[in-house]
Amino acid sequence: MKPRSKRLMLLGSAVALLVAAVALVLSAFQQNLVFFHTPSEVAEGKAPVGRAFRIGGMVEEGSIRREADGLTVRFAITDTAKIIPVSYRGSLPDLFQEGKGAVVQGTLAPDGLFHASEVLAKHDENYMPVEAQYAIDQAHKAAQTVQQ
Amino acid sequence: MMNGTETETEDGTKRSRSLLRFAAPQVFYPIAGRLAPWFAWLAAGLCVAGLWIGFFVAPTDFQQGEVYRVIFIHVPAAWMSMFIYLIMAFWAAVGLVMNTRLSFMMAQALAPTGAMFCFVSLWTGALWGRPTWGTYWVWDARLTSQLLLLFLYLGFIALTQAIEDSRRSDRAGAIIALVGAVNVPIIYFSVQWWNTLHQGASVSLTRAPSMASTMLVGMLLMALAAWAYTFAVSFWRVRSLILERERHTEWVAAELDEQEARA
Repeated sequence: MKPRSKRLMLLGSAVALLVAAVALVLSAFQQNLVFFHTPSEVAEGKAPVGRAFRIGGMVEEGSIRREADGLTVRFAITDTAKIIPVSYRGSLPDLFQEGKGAVVQGTLAPDGLFHASEVLAKHDENYMPVEAQYAIDQAHKAAQTVQQ
Repeated sequence: MMNGTETETEDGTKRSRSLLRFAAPQVFYPIAGRLAPWFAWLAAGLCVAGLWIGFFVAPTDFQQGEVYRVIFIHVPAAWMSMFIYLIMAFWAAVGLVMNTRLSFMMAQALAPTGAMFCFVSLWTGALWGRPTWGTYWVWDARLTSQLLLLFLYLGFIALTQAIEDSRRSDRAGAIIALVGAVNVPIIYFSVQWWNTLHQGASVSLTRAPSMASTMLVGMLLMALAAWAYTFAVSFWRVRSLILERERHTEWVAAELDEQEARA
């Protein structure tokens, strides 16, 4: 074999072995690479107990309400299968809205209420002008009236 | 040294012989010098057009308002930082297999530009994350793997600079470039493989882009500008590297005399 082909073979097998090793490590750490758990996972008891973790999902429509002190906010986070009620004291990011994505960090109380210490808004990868969103909303409404 | 490339190609085909001719530093030096200004002007033109569309023509986003305009710098910089690392790994592999000195010089010439784009993507990402997500930084898979890319770039630069002997520094750098290249697909697919705070890709080869067309045009123009800029600066940088490494050869002495006479 020519020295050049030999070097190519050696390099190719070294890179292949490396990729295999990294793939194994990543699949072993799969759980630790997760940034948040879904409400369904929490309901199944897959979330860590006794330490802070994050739940990600949609803010349930119509669930946001402010407590009398004006600082504490109660809302529910859902993945459409399970719902987790959340209590949070502090300021919310601008993009935090009902029906939009959010990630909350905190601890789960025994009564099932999640006490959040941090609330982050998670937005999607869609970018469009205000007019386009308006047109889409109108089309949805029209479709709904037709169905009714 | 002068006939180094010819002995290399004795067993090669006609095509590889003609390509390898450009691998000779004294052949590539003037070519790079002639191409670099064209790419620099192209980069400037594309950048002005891209920023104009991005900041004055593209509409306000329905959800994020004006802050989304960071995308015109953030995404092209992030793409380029990943792509340059793959090109570095490619040149490192070519250098190791073919024993061409110019390949290692290209890898070294690309590293600072890749590191710069990587830093820009992290920095603009932090500035974008604060008003939208509510935080500058989180340790999710996308952000962490991109930070690792910056460390890989810095590690490559530090290691190749730390070793005096150029043959040894080339080989050491090539190993970092090849090993680190595994991180690039991890960055790219992190948003699909794991739950991350970072959203998924708006533009991909497999489906229609999920953004308005003027926004997309602005972003693609900026991406092309980043490409042209990378060509220009890496050609200029590789010329300096060639002169430095080949300073004991006759052609460099002749070239420097000529440049002095022109000045």
